[in-house]
Amino acid sequence: MNASSSVTLETQAVPSPLALIRLSDARKGVSGRVVKVGAEDDGYGAIEPDELERRLLEMGFVEGARIKLLYEGFIGRDPIAVRLDDMRVALRRREARGVWLDVTTEPAL
Amino acid sequence: MTDAAIAPARIALVGNPNSGKTALFNALTGSRQKVANYAGVTVERKEGALITPSGRRIAVLDLPGTYSLRARSPDEEVTRDAVLGRLAGETRPDAIICVADATNLRLVLRLVIELTQVGLPIVLALNMYDIAQRQGLEIDLDKLSKELGVPIVTTVATRKRGIEDLVSQVEALTHADHHTGMESGWREPSAKELRAAHLNAERILKACVKPPARPDTWTGRLDDVLLNPVAGILILLAILFFMFQAVFSWAQPVMDLISSAFTLLGQGVGHLLPDGMLRSLLVDGVIAGVGSILVFLPQIMILFFFIILLEDFGYMARAAFLIDRIMGGAGLHGRAFIPLLSSFACAIPGIMATRVIDHRRDRLTTILVAPLMTCSARIPVYTLIISAFIPNKTLWGWVSLQGLVMFGLYGAGIVSALVVAVVIRKIFWRGASEPFIMELPAYKLPDPMNVARSVFQRGAIFVQRAGTIILSMMVLIWFLSTVPGAPAGAPGPAINYSFAGMIGHAMLPILAPIGFSWQMAVALVPGMAAREVAVGALATVYSVGGGEGARGALGANLAQHWSMASALAFLAWYVFAPQCASTLGVVKRETNSWLWPALMFGYMITLAYIAAFIVYHVALALGGG
Repeated sequence: MNASSSVTLETQAVPSPLALIRLSDARKGVSGRVVKVGAEDDGYGAIEPDELERRLLEMGFVEGARIKLLYEGFIGRDPIAVRLDDMRVALRRREARGVWLDVTTEPAL
Repeated sequence: MTDAAIAPARIALVGNPNSGKTALFNALTGSRQKVANYAGVTVERKEGALITPSGRRIAVLDLPGTYSLRARSPDEEVTRDAVLGRLAGETRPDAIICVADATNLRLVLRLVIELTQVGLPIVLALNMYDIAQRQGLEIDLDKLSKELGVPIVTTVATRKRGIEDLVSQVEALTHADHHTGMESGWREPSAKELRAAHLNAERILKACVKPPARPDTWTGRLDDVLLNPVAGILILLAILFFMFQAVFSWAQPVMDLISSAFTLLGQGVGHLLPDGMLRSLLVDGVIAGVGSILVFLPQIMILFFFIILLEDFGYMARAAFLIDRIMGGAGLHGRAFIPLLSSFACAIPGIMATRVIDHRRDRLTTILVAPLMTCSARIPVYTLIISAFIPNKTLWGWVSLQGLVMFGLYGAGIVSALVVAVVIRKIFWRGASEPFIMELPAYKLPDPMNVARSVFQRGAIFVQRAGTIILSMMVLIWFLSTVPGAPAGAPGPAINYSFAGMIGHAMLPILAPIGFSWQMAVALVPGMAAREVAVGALATVYSVGGGEGARGALGANLAQHWSMASALAFLAWYVFAPQCASTLGVVKRETNSWLWPALMFGYMITLAYIAAFIVYHVALALGGG
């Protein structure tokens, strides 16, 4: 697990030995495996967190999926385009907040 | 099977977006297609028919693409309600063809699992199978069929491969199970159930599909360039620039042709009929009116050609990605990009294209700001005033002052649309923003036949839907401008004595503070028919004869009668004013309510008045009186 030391991004206080980051905090090139999908209410969204969670799941953001952040938008590095298993998906960082990645494992992408 | 003879069996096509569903629909039904609307909702209803080798006729319904039956947009609601048999005025289909992109099975497997709960017989069509084979993707069809519990057919819709197999499967399903579809056991899945379904789909995928030996590398390579923050934006701008060039230059000869055809038709009909109200109605109302809108059809078709080409290629999702932050800053969805782009040709197809936007709020915001985009109908008005009042000077050695003013008018439209969108979002939606989660499909070469068919369909829909509204508006405006007629021997143009003249004169006290004369006020009323009609109306009130060269004469005439400040105020007015009754009619139709067109009219006319007022008084202060 020495790869975790190289992760300097915000990791939040998640009690886990894994290096967990939110997909919304990942930068270009970061890859990992989805360990948790669960949207939270940030007060800005027009839809309920549960609805957002289900939309993420329907799009393939599901525990176990492999993700690599491929591209960032021009302004504010937002939105982002990720490889999600064998698909490509674009989403805003706000929607990506509910997706937690374990970046210690190196998925073969 | 006696009932089969009475009501033909019906099948519905369901699938993820970008699965080639429409191509398969085209391959199945050929030219036997009908595009209409579902009752009460503004979702397009595409139905066709196929004839089986045994001569049976089966109706085919092309349902909007979806990732799940849990509907998130009006389109997806139609898909859900259609397969559940809940759609008003629609009978439930007898079977479902689930269309899948064979190279991208992960999400569609979950959809198939969901679909098996609705109690209808299903056949899974693995479309784009040629691409899967080229990539060396190995799919164990028997095993997959057994795991899912549905028959599978491999197809290449664009080459019409596998269509016979699919038809015979459909025939078997509808024969065996005709009218025996079971009660639906489907209900909206919870997050937990979605996870379970995903796990199941994942397991099936692992068991039945070997990853491709030669995966598609083109998509990655193209995206490296097209989604690059700098190069991507530059390419997007270059594509837009090329599109606009094409829209305006390629369309011109055809537009001239249509325009002169309608003039000839008007003259022909004019010769046939005696002078009077009927002749005036037909020639000046119906023929001239319809011609003034149909003249935009070539531009609209060219615009749709590019949009459909880019959509089929897979670029439109990328454009939405690149533009989302800019649009998002104004509270618009990345998908609002295409409708707003169309609005540069004409707001009517733009407003009709907002159907691609999932959410109601985003869609309404886009509809409300669409007419602020500078449509082609403003161009004749702009060019008339600019050439008459703006000196033909060159600035800094290479910038034409007239061109700069034109550019400024376009810019004012775009900027105001973004600002209005922000305000609408703050006032009406209290800042809430819709999620943007969008698949970036693999790039594919568009199929020329499908593109041609889609462009033709778009054009037909524009003529059909807009046509009825436009025609009624044209007749109304004609009536206002013609009735009552001028008394015999009265001086001045006849329009002066009509209702339009009365309205113009009545509005004068309100319009005088923004520098409008009564002639300008009167010209605004027939200008409601379509913006460019104001040019003709001005010619009428200034009694400038028609025909070629009239524009130059009219320009000179205006330069004599109008002050610079009035002319600039008139331009500012035209940037914002809701001078298009047909747009308002289409908004009523698309939103199913008078509230939104009323709101649109109100805010646009307020903006127009304020802008013209400021421009007029600033210009006066600067000596433009």
